[in-house]
Amino acid sequence: MQLQLKAETIERKKRNSWRKIVQQRYLLLMSLPFVVWLFIFHYLPLWGWTMAFQRYRPGRSFFEQDWVGFTNFVQLFSDERFYLVLRNTVAMSFMALIVGYTVPIIFALLLNEIRLITFKRTMQTISYLPHFVSWVIVAGIVTKMLSTEGGPINELLMALNIIDQPIQFMAKGEWFWWIVTLSDMWKETGWNSIIFLAAIAGIDPEQYEAATVDGAGRFRRMWHVTLPGIRPTIFIMLILSIGWLMSIGFEKQFLLGNPMVQDYAEVIDLYVLNYGINLGRYSYGTAIGIFNSLVSITLLLSSNYIFKRLTKESVI
Amino acid sequence: MPVGVGKGVSDRIFDVFLYTFMILVGIVTLYPFLNVLAISFNNSTDTIRGGIHIWPRMFTLDNYRTIFQYDLLLTAFGNSVLRTILGTAIGVFSSSMLAYVISRRDFIYRRQVSILFAITLYVSGGLIPFYMLMRDMNLLGTFAIYILPGIINAWNVFVIRSYMDGLPPSLQESARIDGANDLRIFWSVILPLCKPVLATIALFIAVGQWNAWFDTYLFNSSKEHLTTLQYEMMKILSNTSASQSADAFRSGDVDAATRVSPESIRMAITIVATVPILIVYPFMQRYFVRGLTLGAVKS
Repeated sequence: MQLQLKAETIERKKRNSWRKIVQQRYLLLMSLPFVVWLFIFHYLPLWGWTMAFQRYRPGRSFFEQDWVGFTNFVQLFSDERFYLVLRNTVAMSFMALIVGYTVPIIFALLLNEIRLITFKRTMQTISYLPHFVSWVIVAGIVTKMLSTEGGPINELLMALNIIDQPIQFMAKGEWFWWIVTLSDMWKETGWNSIIFLAAIAGIDPEQYEAATVDGAGRFRRMWHVTLPGIRPTIFIMLILSIGWLMSIGFEKQFLLGNPMVQDYAEVIDLYVLNYGINLGRYSYGTAIGIFNSLVSITLLLSSNYIFKRLTKESVI
Repeated sequence: MPVGVGKGVSDRIFDVFLYTFMILVGIVTLYPFLNVLAISFNNSTDTIRGGIHIWPRMFTLDNYRTIFQYDLLLTAFGNSVLRTILGTAIGVFSSSMLAYVISRRDFIYRRQVSILFAITLYVSGGLIPFYMLMRDMNLLGTFAIYILPGIINAWNVFVIRSYMDGLPPSLQESARIDGANDLRIFWSVILPLCKPVLATIALFIAVGQWNAWFDTYLFNSSKEHLTTLQYEMMKILSNTSASQSADAFRSGDVDAATRVSPESIRMAITIVATVPILIVYPFMQRYFVRGLTLGAVKS
């Protein structure tokens, strides 16, 4: 009796879902092409991870490849160059995290203190400008600004008598991290401050009035009203930035780097490009890619876990 | 907004610092662009003397005339324009269609589809598997490789969806009662209402397409007819920065025109590669500020 009932409900559910599928045929047709596309362009490459466990040779089918287990990973971890590349990646990631996260907050706080609305608007528009310019062009601009032949930075430093000979900025390895970080700051500060400005705009103006009545000056209002008001946004952005920590990419390093600073400029993705694709060591390159993905997923999940513990909300 | 009561001395000092600081930020941001602009309008031989800041010393349009005579640059410009227009149109249409489907609470596979797309925000196969896939699909050396892999970006889909979530459901209901199917509702009821968010997404996609150079470098660098403006910029740049020596500038083959480019010519190309987007973005400001906020809150 009981069983029969159960079978009947299952039967009815099946019929219902069929009816629903027929009913929603348009919705299904509207999404199907994109799901197929997604599998091809995003999930098939994951299948390519198997290459890391092979000694991949082009022109052979999947079943004809030699399986080598973790050999590629062992080789990776015993490669000195890999540690150098890892150091560069971690260093520039942390610098990007710290600068790219704090400077926009400070910038948003300061912008908010400007009372001339037109001036404020103009400043905002100007500050978004570099975001829309490609890294190719920004790299060109940075190289030009730092050039030894009439570069404005060198000219300025000379005019101020701080140096008496132009500095070859682009040839100094130990300065490369700073050049990348500061270029990034120049390009993205305005853009990254948008989110904080929007959060500030959402603060109840009465809070400022109350603080003023209590005799709070400008700094105290910034400290006691504005900052606490945007705390949730600050938190979320921090978690997100930590999650993206290892995904700094390689564009800046590729475009700003040159053979003279290679030991400081090569990051994981560039290493994959140079050793994996250009030298045809596909399996080895894939192994590096997997390592990078695992590190970023771990970072993302752990930062999300901490965030959950703190605020009972999830970012993912 | 802070209230301007009780303007004390410390307040005034703060203001002085604040405005000075902001003006400095403005100069640091704008100077490089104005400098590039000035040099691009300056006589190229005169530029070598140096000392040009934000105003050309010997005004000329020759640099622009010269660059528009290079066939390679014209091809590059055409390809960049084409990929930007096609990529944006296809991208906006696809993202909004998918966003509509997963915004429908009654859609049976809503959860599954959303999750499948969300995963791609965090996991990717990496450069090499992606490269091999493109090779196996015979997409290397084709124009399609500029468009196909980037049709949909999950982030954009979620931004559009959260905008659609805010639309009143009654509109869809009444359209359904009138007998419209889902495709019709999407096209003639939902899309027109989404203009602000679609403008934002269009801007994001267009900027990405216009500024892309790596796909040309990786997949199409041997195909001259598929070159793009940013890739040509990148080649010019790496040639000038890598070879300070004079003889590298003296070579006379096919793209010698760009290789030997004096500074003024390079700056004119920079302007051509930058200006289209710079003209558009100030007008879109209102939209993208809203779009960004939506994205951060909802995902």
